[in-house]
Amino acid sequence: MSTTSLQRGLEAWKEEMDAPLAAFFSSCVHCGICAEACLFYTETGDPKYTPIHKLEPLRRFWHQEFTLFGRLLKMVGLSKEITDAELAAWEPLVYDSCTLCGRCSQACPMGNDITYMIRKMREGFAASGHVPPGMVGAAGRAVRIGSPMGVKLSALQAQIGHIEQESGLKIPVDVQGADYMALLSSMEIMNFPEYLEALARIFEQAGVSWTLCSEAFEATNSGVQVGSKDIARELLQRVVDGAEKLGVKCVISPECGHAYYALRWEGPNLIGRTYTFQVLHILELLDQLRGEGRLKVEGQFEELLTFHDPCQIVRKGGVLAEPRNLLALISDNYVEMPDSREFNWCCGGGGGVSSNERAEALRLKVFARKKRQLDATQAETLVTACANCRLMLEEGLEEYGMELPVTGLTEMIAEKLASSSAEGRGERTEER
Amino acid sequence: MSAHITLGEALRRRGVSRRGFLKFCTATASMMALPPTMVGAVAEALESAPRPSVIWLSFQECTGCTESLTRSHAPTVEGLIFDHISLDYHHTLQAASGDAAEEAREEAMHAHWGNYLLVVDGSIPLANPGYSTIAGMSNLDMLKESAEGAAAIIAVGSCAAFGGLPKAKPNPTGAVSVADIIKDKPIINVPGCPPVPSVMTGVLAHYLTFGTIPELDVYGRPKVFFGQNIHDRCYRRTFYDRGLFAKTFDDEGARKGWCLYRLGCKGPTTYNACATMKWNQGASWPIEAGHGCLGCSEPDFWDAGGFYRALSIPINDPAAAIGIGVVAGAAIGIASGAMAHRKKVEATHHREPLKVEQLEGKA
Amino acid sequence: MTPMDFLQLVRGPLFDIALTIFIFGVLLRLFEIIILDRKRDLSEARGGEFIAGSKTIFRRFKPDREKLQHSPVPTILGYIFHLGFFICLLFFIPHIELIHSALGVSWPGLPNFLVDVVALITMGALVGLFLYRLTNPLLRFLSSFQDYFLLVVVFLTLATGYIAFHHIIEPYPLALGLHLLSVELLLVIFPFTKLMHTFTVFLGRYYNGAMAGRRGVQS
Repeated sequence: MSTTSLQRGLEAWKEEMDAPLAAFFSSCVHCGICAEACLFYTETGDPKYTPIHKLEPLRRFWHQEFTLFGRLLKMVGLSKEITDAELAAWEPLVYDSCTLCGRCSQACPMGNDITYMIRKMREGFAASGHVPPGMVGAAGRAVRIGSPMGVKLSALQAQIGHIEQESGLKIPVDVQGADYMALLSSMEIMNFPEYLEALARIFEQAGVSWTLCSEAFEATNSGVQVGSKDIARELLQRVVDGAEKLGVKCVISPECGHAYYALRWEGPNLIGRTYTFQVLHILELLDQLRGEGRLKVEGQFEELLTFHDPCQIVRKGGVLAEPRNLLALISDNYVEMPDSREFNWCCGGGGGVSSNERAEALRLKVFARKKRQLDATQAETLVTACANCRLMLEEGLEEYGMELPVTGLTEMIAEKLASSSAEGRGERTEER
Repeated sequence: MSAHITLGEALRRRGVSRRGFLKFCTATASMMALPPTMVGAVAEALESAPRPSVIWLSFQECTGCTESLTRSHAPTVEGLIFDHISLDYHHTLQAASGDAAEEAREEAMHAHWGNYLLVVDGSIPLANPGYSTIAGMSNLDMLKESAEGAAAIIAVGSCAAFGGLPKAKPNPTGAVSVADIIKDKPIINVPGCPPVPSVMTGVLAHYLTFGTIPELDVYGRPKVFFGQNIHDRCYRRTFYDRGLFAKTFDDEGARKGWCLYRLGCKGPTTYNACATMKWNQGASWPIEAGHGCLGCSEPDFWDAGGFYRALSIPINDPAAAIGIGVVAGAAIGIASGAMAHRKKVEATHHREPLKVEQLEGKA
Repeated sequence: MTPMDFLQLVRGPLFDIALTIFIFGVLLRLFEIIILDRKRDLSEARGGEFIAGSKTIFRRFKPDREKLQHSPVPTILGYIFHLGFFICLLFFIPHIELIHSALGVSWPGLPNFLVDVVALITMGALVGLFLYRLTNPLLRFLSSFQDYFLLVVVFLTLATGYIAFHHIIEPYPLALGLHLLSVELLLVIFPFTKLMHTFTVFLGRYYNGAMAGRRGVQS
């Protein structure tokens, strides 16, 4: 088999079949509660966007192949076989209208982890060649160039140059034996270089030994979003190799949701072994530093802040308390969104939707849900911790004509760093 | 008593007053669910009713039915009704025996051909006629022969009506009911083990009054007596509704007279007059005596899951069903699960890693 | 066939067959699920699986704001139906006798008039759920024949029980027999329909809670 095919897709599904999947399919009672938890349904009112409905072909396949009763029905010709045309028709439901945000998995009264199921479903769609062109393109660039946006090392080096020049800080690259290896998302390199500068300033103040890796600076993993663990493994292996080559103790995931989830939770399972290093999200590390008294800030933000919980970091990643702790450090004027934390609404661009041009109109349409949520807070600045969310929020706000600055939490912390401890900046890194 | 005197005359000769007779007619009318205005008509009809000839056959039975009907407290008008009928053959009661008895039967049959009433108690063995014979004649032959000239047949007791105790599993004698054999005569079933005596007289009174058989239910039972559900008429029903049950025969509930459902009372599935007419001149009845209804007036009551098991409990012990289910479910479940698991493992072994070029369609 | 013959049939052999199929099917389905197993997660756990998974089993019994706010009708009617059904099933004294005879365990029952009221409310909730499924565009889209059919079968078990209890259909053996027959139908189709959620919900919630708990989220 050298090309994608239906047969290959079905084989991939067989591989993905496990007890949770079977239990979830057995449990669904068609109550429709997951639809009400999905912004693609609530904002369009189209029942085809019901999360569990998006899994219909996989459910049939499970029933036909993995239950005795289903096998009997198939034998006597009472159940419809899965066809390539059907998968093609289903592709927009599986990719364009699912951000893998996991809100439905929180809502299902039966406890069905629908996002877990969609993730598995995509394995079959990828192997049968039914992936939106935008996402295929991103995956191709990630594999060949090293970043889904096509960002090369030279671009990063140029940004490093700018930052070092402007801030007078040294950005360490390929430092053997550093404690922490920071990763970046290409979105941060191209659109939000403030993040890298913030990182440098905070680590400088806190005396953190860190480095970038020239062979593995890209944190995002298009393979996971496309739904191919083979491509995901290929991309992830670069990070693992880079971290192990430099001998770091810990790899820091940047402000990027899917990067964190892929690295932290899928990674070891992709490569089939545990890491020799720890993985932390930048907010986890910052909160650790805060706890140790190494993160000193002065002054607070005056304007009313609110926080957009990136799905993959908060609901699916387990980093819930850290952003609140950090926000409390720099603001007394903070308001939670209605439906925050585990029940936050997605920005609309997760799960590869942001790189799927075909889905753009739909994504902007369903942003109405986020808009209502934001309107309810009356916030003056929107803080988040995911570059992809940040871009999606900015686009959405623009589409809906809203004037609301969006910023990253790490940058905000850096902005309020105590100046006294910033003296002698750059010395520590130079000592190495 | 000669054949031509009427019931009225017979009663007066036995010293029953006009007042006593009318009282009986009122009771009979109400028992038959007739309006009070009908009492006069009942009295008149009974007064002038001719003395019917009755042939009583006893097959596989225990004489309990005869006991029930003859041992009611004496003297009663009900008893006199029995006196009034010309019981031309009843081998338990009659003085004659042997050939003489059989001759009496044949004589009565010929004399009243087409008009006599045939009363049967006991079931009829079909497995081997030798199980029960009278004067060398099988029950089946005697029933067929006697039924031929009968105006109607009254099957007294659950054995004659439904096969009763002899028919209980495994039914060694191949016992059947009268209705299983005789198809061309009106049959009134008066089941019960034994039947309530006044129901028996009521049926006779109805026949004497109207010359017809009463309206029957699906089991051939007179609706007027068997139309009422024991459970619905039970004086303990209120405890059932309140959820107050005796759990053993000597607990607090039993002493307080609570519902006997949990002790296996079959009242809810039983249709009989016990709860309203009671037994022994209205003295008491089984449930009042502290024992659940056995459901004796219903078909196959002997095999209905045990007298002391609640009605909601299935007839058979579920152990076998549970055992087969568990063993088969586990075995086939594990086998099917293993097949499914192997399918998954094979897919993992045969897989070829997906390349991004393949996704792009360039490979 | 007389009503009594019918009752003897459904109380006897048919019940045995239905019970056998039910137990067989449920075990078959559960084994088919559990044997598929799941891969050991190699990522470094942030929290424990067992406690989080067990908690999720119980947490999702509770009505939460999310469901009440966004899906009030199926949520409320669903709770009424499930609670009512289990009250009727487990606290009607004749049912307790049945369970006692089969399993040897027993508990106090409720007065019949209470069960009666609960049965009526439960039937009302089922009618509501049926109408909602039929008229709500979302539910109508999601529903297959099975979804409607099962509501009818479950309704029949309650309705025939109610009819038998009140002697609405005479003779009683026929009414009780119909009740048992509808229950037997439910038992037979149970393992092969979504009714299996009665058991798999515990598996599903556990898996969901365990996988989330491992990542430090209580789902």
